[in-house]
Amino acid sequence: MKIAVCVSHVPDTAAKINIGSDSKNIDQNGVTFVVNPYDEYAIEEALKTKEKFGGETVAISLGGDANKETLRKALAMGIDNAVLLKDSGFRDSLSVAKALAEEIKTQGAELVFFGKQSVDYDSSIVGQLTAELLGYNCISVVISFSLDGNKITCEREIEGGKEIVETALPALITAQKGLNEPRYASLKGIMAAKKKEIIEKQPVAAQNYIEIISMKKTESKQAGKIVGTDSSAVPELVRLLREEAKVI
Amino acid sequence: MNKFTGVDYYNVESLLNEEEIMVRNSVRQFVDDKVISIIEKHYREEKFPNYLIKELGELGLFGITLPQKYGCAEMNNVAYGLAMQELERGDSGIRSFVSVQSSLVMYPIFTFGSEEQKEYWLPKLATGEKIGCFGLTEPDYGSNPGGMITRAEKVTGGYKLNGAKMWITNGTIADVAVVWAKLDGEIKGFLVEKGTEGYTAPEMKGKHSLKASVTSELILQDVIIPEKNILPGSKGLKSPLMCLNQARYGIAWGVVGSMMTCYDSALNYAKSRIQFSKPIAAYQIIQDKLVFMLTEITKAQLLNLQLGRLKDKDEAKHTHISMAKRNNCEMALTIARISREIHGANGILDEYPVMRHSQNLESVKTYEGTHEMHTLIIGEDITGWSAFE
Ligand SMILES: Cc1cc2nc3c(=O)[nH]c(=O)nc-3n(C[C@H](O)[C@H](O)[C@H](O)COP(=O)(O)OP(=O)(O)OC[C@H]3O[C@@H](n4cnc5c(N)ncnc54)[C@H](O)[C@@H]3O)c2cc1C
Repeated sequence: MKIAVCVSHVPDTAAKINIGSDSKNIDQNGVTFVVNPYDEYAIEEALKTKEKFGGETVAISLGGDANKETLRKALAMGIDNAVLLKDSGFRDSLSVAKALAEEIKTQGAELVFFGKQSVDYDSSIVGQLTAELLGYNCISVVISFSLDGNKITCEREIEGGKEIVETALPALITAQKGLNEPRYASLKGIMAAKKKEIIEKQPVAAQNYIEIISMKKTESKQAGKIVGTDSSAVPELVRLLREEAKVI
Repeated sequence: MNKFTGVDYYNVESLLNEEEIMVRNSVRQFVDDKVISIIEKHYREEKFPNYLIKELGELGLFGITLPQKYGCAEMNNVAYGLAMQELERGDSGIRSFVSVQSSLVMYPIFTFGSEEQKEYWLPKLATGEKIGCFGLTEPDYGSNPGGMITRAEKVTGGYKLNGAKMWITNGTIADVAVVWAKLDGEIKGFLVEKGTEGYTAPEMKGKHSLKASVTSELILQDVIIPEKNILPGSKGLKSPLMCLNQARYGIAWGVVGSMMTCYDSALNYAKSRIQFSKPIAAYQIIQDKLVFMLTEITKAQLLNLQLGRLKDKDEAKHTHISMAKRNNCEMALTIARISREIHGANGILDEYPVMRHSQNLESVKTYEGTHEMHTLIIGEDITGWSAFE
C-alpha cells in the first residue's frame, strides 16, 4: 500500500511575526520555519501504519525551496520518498488542494494523512478539499486511527467528547494532537535522509478564488496600571473599573 | 516558560550545514520534552533518569562519530558537538552520561579494541542496551594519572587486576568498565564486566554537584578477567589521554549549552522583574552583565565551531581542545554566577535552572583535566617549558 502524507512548512509557533511591507505577506526576516506541528502527527501515523502493514510512504509539500527543510525532516523521521511541488506564489486552499490531489493520484496513494490544519493560515480545510477532489473518504480531527484490511476505525474529537467512526479505503485522515507521539528525527535517520532525493515537480496550475487584501496585527495589549499596593487603593480601583474600563 | 529558541547573536547557524542543524534541532526538542521537565526532581533526589538511556540510544547519541557498521550515526564532529551542547542545556549530568558512553567507552573500544570486542560491544553500547564507565582517576592520582597504583598481572588464561578507582561516572550502573592499569609498568586498558568476582562499584554520595549523575568508586580485588578483555591496541598513558581528548572536545561544546540557558533565563528575568518602577533590564549594570554573557557565548560558539572544523579535517591538536575546554568551562561558570546575581534571591530556587548549572559546572571545570592543568598543557606548547612537575 502506498501512503502519502502532506506537509507544510510554517513559522515556528514561538516566532514573533511581523507583517511585510506589502501588507499581504509576513516578514520572514529572522523567523524560523518548522514542520507544521499537526503534520508531525500525520507523519508519525503514516510511519506507524507502514511499520505495521508494510508499503511505501511519500511526503508531499507545496511551496518554495525552503519547504525542502520540512521534507528533509520527514525523510529523517523515516518517510521513504519526498516530492516538492514547487510554487512560491500565493495559492488559496482550493488551489493547494488541487495540486496535492493531482500528485496523490500520480503517486497512487490509497491512504493519505494530513494535519488537521496548518498553523500559518489556519484555514483547516485543505485536507477535506483534497479528499473531495480525489473522491476519497475523509475523517477529520482524528485522535486515534486503526486499519483492518480495508476498514478504518477512527476516534475524532467533537465538542465536549469524542465519536468513533468507521470508513473504508481509499481514505484521507486529518490528524489532531493526541493521535500519537511523533518520533524525533534520529541521527541515523538524518544521515539516511541525506541519501534520499527530494523530487521537484511543477504543480498543476489552478485558479485562486480567494485573495489576500491585507494583513493586520492584533492591537498589542497596553501595559497594566498599578493603582496601589494595599487596601487604601480599593476605592480608586473600583472607580477605574467602573469609569475607565467600564466593566462593573 | 518561553520556548527556548537558541542564542545566536552572530548567526553562527549560517556556518552549519543542513544535517548539523537537524541534529541540533532534534536534540533540542528532545531536551525540551524529556529533560527540562524532569531534571530538577532527579537532581534533588540525586537520581539519574535511567529510563532516558534507551531513548538517548534511539536518537543515536552514543558514539555519534563512529561507523555505521557498529550501529552508530557516523556523523562529523560538529554534529557531535552540537548534540552535546543541546544535552548540556538540559543538564551537565545527562551530557556527562553521553560523553562517558561515547568518548570514554566506545571510543577506546573502537580505537584500541580487537575486532571481536568492537563487534560485541559497540552495537550494544550504541543502543544503550549496555552501559559503560571509564576508570582512570584514583584516590591519590587525579591530575597525575600516570602515577596510578592499579596493577594488572598476567595469569594463565587472563589477567589479575588489583587497585581502586574513584570519581567514576556511571560506575555503579555500568555493565562494562574500561579500567586503566599498569601491566609490567606500562598502562593498558582492560574491560571489566559487571559481576566479575572481586569487582564492586559502590556509589559515592554527598555530592553538591552533578547530582543527577552517578559517580562511583571501582574496587578491584584479585579480579580475574579473560585474556580477550585486554584492549590490545592500548599503549601507555597516551591511550587514556586520547580518550580524554574526545571527551574534552564534547565538554567544550556542552558547557555552551549551560551558558545559553543561564543567559536566556537571565535575559527573560531582567525584562520582567521590576524594581524602582522599571524592569531591571533597563539599568546599565544589568545590561553590562547581559552583554558580557552574550559576548562570551558568541566567542565560545565560534571557538567551538572552528575547533570542530579542524577536528573534522584531523587538524585539531590536543592543545586546541585544551584551550576550548579551559576557556568555555571557566566562562560557563562565570556566566552561571552572573545569571544567579541577575535573578536575585530567585536565582537560588530550582524554579530556575541557574543554580543547578552553576553547581554542575564546578565538576565540569575540574574533570577531564582541571582548568589549571589545561593552562599548563597550553603553556608548555607555547613556551616549550613543562611546568607540570
Ligand atoms: C563528578 C565527577 C565525575 C568524574 N568522572 C570521572 C570518570 O568518569 N573517570 C575518571 O577517571 N575520572 C573522573 N573524575 C575525576 C576527575 O577527572 C579528577 O577529579 C580530575 O582529573 C582532578 O583530579 P583530582 O580531583 O584528584 O584533583 P588534584 O589532581 O588533586 O588537583 C587538586 C588541585 O591542584 C591543582 N593541581 C594539580 N597538579 C597541579 C600542578 N602540577 N600545577 C598546578 N596545579 C595543580 C589542580 O588543578 C586542582 O586545582 C570525575 C570527577 C568528578 C568531580
